[in-house]
Amino acid sequence: MQRNVLDAQLADIKQQLQAMGEQVRSALQQALASLQQGDAAQARQVVDGDAGINRMEHELEERCIRLIATQQPVAKDLRKVTAALRIAGELERMADLAVDIARAVIRQQPSPADPVMPDILRMAAVVEEMIRQALVAYVNEDLAAARNLAVLDDEADRLYRGILEELFSRRPDDQGRIAQAMAFAFIGRYLERMGDHATNVGEGVVYIHSGERIDLN
Amino acid sequence: MLSIEIKVEALHAWYGNDEVLHGIDLAIEPRSVTAIIGPSGCGKSTFIRCLNRLHETNPGARVAGHVWVGGEDVYRMDPIDVRRTIGMVFQRPNPFPTMSIFDNVALGLKFAGVKDRRRLRARVEESLAMAALWDEVKDRLHQPAMSLSGGQQQRLCIARALAVEPRVLLMDEPTSALDPISTMRIEELVQNLKQTYTIVIVTHNMQQAARIADQTAFFLDGHLIEVGPTSKVFTKPDDKRTEDYVSGRFG
Repeated sequence: MQRNVLDAQLADIKQQLQAMGEQVRSALQQALASLQQGDAAQARQVVDGDAGINRMEHELEERCIRLIATQQPVAKDLRKVTAALRIAGELERMADLAVDIARAVIRQQPSPADPVMPDILRMAAVVEEMIRQALVAYVNEDLAAARNLAVLDDEADRLYRGILEELFSRRPDDQGRIAQAMAFAFIGRYLERMGDHATNVGEGVVYIHSGERIDLN
Repeated sequence: MLSIEIKVEALHAWYGNDEVLHGIDLAIEPRSVTAIIGPSGCGKSTFIRCLNRLHETNPGARVAGHVWVGGEDVYRMDPIDVRRTIGMVFQRPNPFPTMSIFDNVALGLKFAGVKDRRRLRARVEESLAMAALWDEVKDRLHQPAMSLSGGQQQRLCIARALAVEPRVLLMDEPTSALDPISTMRIEELVQNLKQTYTIVIVTHNMQQAARIADQTAFFLDGHLIEVGPTSKVFTKPDDKRTEDYVSGRFG
């Protein structure tokens, strides 16, 4: 091992990505808590917290670019850096979707007592597990965990379809209920997109280790 | 079936009793650049010196195996023809020190029997132009070659090699004694020359191999460990030893 500087910088990038991932997870948890409790103030915290996550992405990007410019990584080292750039982008998008959920809570005030709520929370639990596993896969270089994201994504998609069916079967007898149904449909959609970004992280993990491009979505 | 310009089969080389190449098989397409990389002492220079039979000129040196260039068995050719078919450029520019710029390039042609002065001049100009040196020397062709800078001298050596119209150009670390600008000029030149010639280049500079080679071969301890498209060798090599070498973890 003669590349201590490069190895140390790669380890830093990994640590920073992990920290960013934890922030994204906590943004989602907070957005869901605000939804469950109808708590606009808490939702606002998610919106405000997004700038910090964006900053983390830019810092990570800077580090990766500096590393490429100064260390000229190749082969697996290079794959680690390019995958880190991509994963940072995926995490940032996930954080934006958590913000979208929080904004829906603030603007449309979806009722915590709505009958679709348990399904939304079930789906959210699956998506949260996907984010957790994507991070585990990345940090522990765990290919099985990465590939398992495809299974979880199917589960999230199945729950999403169920939610839509339930919402569209409602009778549109008043304007307020239509707005409610729309809000939940969007929230389901945001969660579904988050799951897709988590599978992209898994694809990045597989690429780092094998150079292979697979589709987990 | 892709056409093959250089074919090497079961190539072994010795210095006295020391076997330094242990059976190399390699195929090189025409009009391509192949980089040979590997740590010092891995046999890469010996390998290209076997391609033009320079290795056997060392006392006690020996070669076994086959090398074909353009379908011809190099080890059955007249050595003079071998040198004409396969040009070579070395690590340090080595123009003939007492000769002018013009004579350095013209000498090989004179040996080849070109007497007509107009033809001689035209070929010298063409060779200098191909080596991207013409514009810099056209008004001083009869000045000593040693009046040129190191980078210019190396391009003069390339022009000298090209003058006799070889099929193959071997380059043994051609930029290791040059500054970055001269290095870039040689690299650009290699890109242009490969439209006409098949080029095999030994380099210690991994980024150089990555920049200019179509194919990269990694040698270690006299064995060819891995050969493949350069982009693959530098992004996803098959062999762990290649990965460790190209990522700077040994050598």
